Amino acid sequence: MMAFDLVPLFPELFLAVTGMAHLIIGVWRGNHSTHFIFWASAATYVAAALILMGVSWGDAIVLNGMFKFDNFAGFMKLIILLGLLASAALSVKYLDDEGVSRFEYPVLMTFAGIGMMLMVSANNLLALYMALELQSLSLYVLAAFRRGSLQSAEAGVKYFSLGALSSGMILFGISLIYGYTGTLDYGTLSATLLPMQSIPVGITFGLVFLLAGLAFKISAVPFHMWTPDVYQGAPTSVTAFFAIVPKIAAMGLIMRLLFEPFAPVSGQWDQIVWFLSAASMMVGAFAAIVQENIKRLLAYSSIGNMGYALIGIAAVSSTGAGAVVLYLLIYLIMTSGVFAVVLSMRRNGKAVENISDLAGLSQTQPMLAYTMAILMFSMSGIPPMAGFFGKLVIFQAAVDAQMYVLAVLGVVTSVVAAYYYLRIIKVMFFDTPAPAFDGALPFARRAVLTLSVVFVLGFVLRPSLAIVIAKNAAGALFAG
Amino acid sequence: MIIEALAFYALAGILTLSALLVITVRNPVHSVLFLILGFFNAAGLFVLLGAEFIAMILVIVYVGAVAVLFLFVVMMLDVSFADLRKGAMQYVPIGLVIGAILLSELILVYSVWGFAPETLDNRAAPVEKFEGLTNTEALGNVLYTDYIFPFQLAGLILFVAMIGAIVLTHRSRPGVRKQSVADQQARKASDVLEIRKVQTGSGA
Repeated sequence: MMAFDLVPLFPELFLAVTGMAHLIIGVWRGNHSTHFIFWASAATYVAAALILMGVSWGDAIVLNGMFKFDNFAGFMKLIILLGLLASAALSVKYLDDEGVSRFEYPVLMTFAGIGMMLMVSANNLLALYMALELQSLSLYVLAAFRRGSLQSAEAGVKYFSLGALSSGMILFGISLIYGYTGTLDYGTLSATLLPMQSIPVGITFGLVFLLAGLAFKISAVPFHMWTPDVYQGAPTSVTAFFAIVPKIAAMGLIMRLLFEPFAPVSGQWDQIVWFLSAASMMVGAFAAIVQENIKRLLAYSSIGNMGYALIGIAAVSSTGAGAVVLYLLIYLIMTSGVFAVVLSMRRNGKAVENISDLAGLSQTQPMLAYTMAILMFSMSGIPPMAGFFGKLVIFQAAVDAQMYVLAVLGVVTSVVAAYYYLRIIKVMFFDTPAPAFDGALPFARRAVLTLSVVFVLGFVLRPSLAIVIAKNAAGALFAG
Repeated sequence: MIIEALAFYALAGILTLSALLVITVRNPVHSVLFLILGFFNAAGLFVLLGAEFIAMILVIVYVGAVAVLFLFVVMMLDVSFADLRKGAMQYVPIGLVIGAILLSELILVYSVWGFAPETLDNRAAPVEKFEGLTNTEALGNVLYTDYIFPFQLAGLILFVAMIGAIVLTHRSRPGVRKQSVADQQARKASDVLEIRKVQTGSGA
């Protein structure tokens, strides 16, 4: 019997309690309080991050082995809170402009955030499923948040039905694993799997179902079909949220799952991850070329980026895991910046979403154009931007693990992907200007954009700092 | 022993038959009724296994709530099931192929069903503490202690579901006349009634 210790859960508990308090304020004061609740939620994320840094970062397994806190969980949670903060800051003005500013939005974001933070700490297949559902359910509602719009409703329904399908697959996989090993606990699982001479086919089967379901959540090919439609249909601020945070949590969950309980059977899953990675990179690169809608383009870009991140997992090494963590951090910061620009694409009070709408931005709004150009260079991995280092460490890990095919494929698809990132720059700088966008950027959006660009440009000054932190965090997965 | 076997075959047989009828009968209301019959038989099977708590939950939750909800939806929404079926026929071949592949794979998996010797301890571990207790007592012992984390998490999930349902469906319509008891009570005759003296013969 383990001690009943809630200290490692303090950040989540804090978020849950404040989230409910915000809901009460919202119900009491109506939609006038949306702004207040947004900023209160943002403050809550900062406070939760401070609490997180305050609790002891030693390894702790509490609540009957359901919840595990270690360096990896701590660092991933910090990234998740950063992403929540960024997407809250990006959302406020956009929802106002679109006239869908309702107080439930930040509350749902907070609950999704709790789910994500619990996902990276899950130490039991049951806890994994519950945390995943908490996150997904909040996201389904957010996708359909603009009720009046058919597209948003379609996005919500599509996301919900495919999400339910993937949850079913995950549950079926878990039931097979439970059936063949008699346990749901990560620690017991790895202890059971380790001495096995031959792995029963049922366990492999369960693992395949589990991975397929989780691949839905990170939209890895061939489970990516929902992504472009949902990204396009959901309100843009929700798209930003989807692109920025949940995938990081899902990657964290997959990493813990594969590197801790299923580490002894890595031979069973590394080919799956290999395939997911290769296919995601290819589809992400080639399918994005023909996109005209920038939200769809970013959807394919996120598919491709998950492919790169998966290389680090396929490498099955501490270096690879560190590279994934670093890559996710850089991806989060770049994507926040890009969406700050996309959310500012408004003309005559209406949001526009086509790449051609960016034409001649360098003449109408030069600052916006230059920041977008920097972010696009970074996304395509051109040195000395941060995006380059993210890809560098990933490919390095692949080469260290002698996965030359995947590394070469990664480089080739990066080159292909560079085409569409650079095309945006070309449209902005060399095409005949389209009418200017409305007004100046609101403060919060400008802040996110500035910080993102500063990070992207400044990363080169001290790259070792983030690389070492990420590596230490990921090292926790391989400690046991 | 023989009664148990007979009960099993009776329940399993009716369950399979009603499951088949759920998807084949034309009238959707009959479908739902067969579904309810199926749930009852499944509950019976759980009782045979000695899992009386799950059996009761199955009846309460699935028959009591879910199936009745289905019945409401079927009867109250104007869904033309014949139209829904029309398009579905073209997907039957691919569905059969995928189903067959999945079935053969599952047969492969379950045909080698057997526990690795390493899992013996895992299987024994959860039952030791609960010798001689009924299902309900055993569950009650762990639900709020060992499993407090997923239990509370389930609470949060339901909470989010509730918020979601309200967000997506609640509309505040302007111009709806609502009764406000306080206003009604505070109303005085002098606020709304005006008594005028009308002179005789001056009316139009």
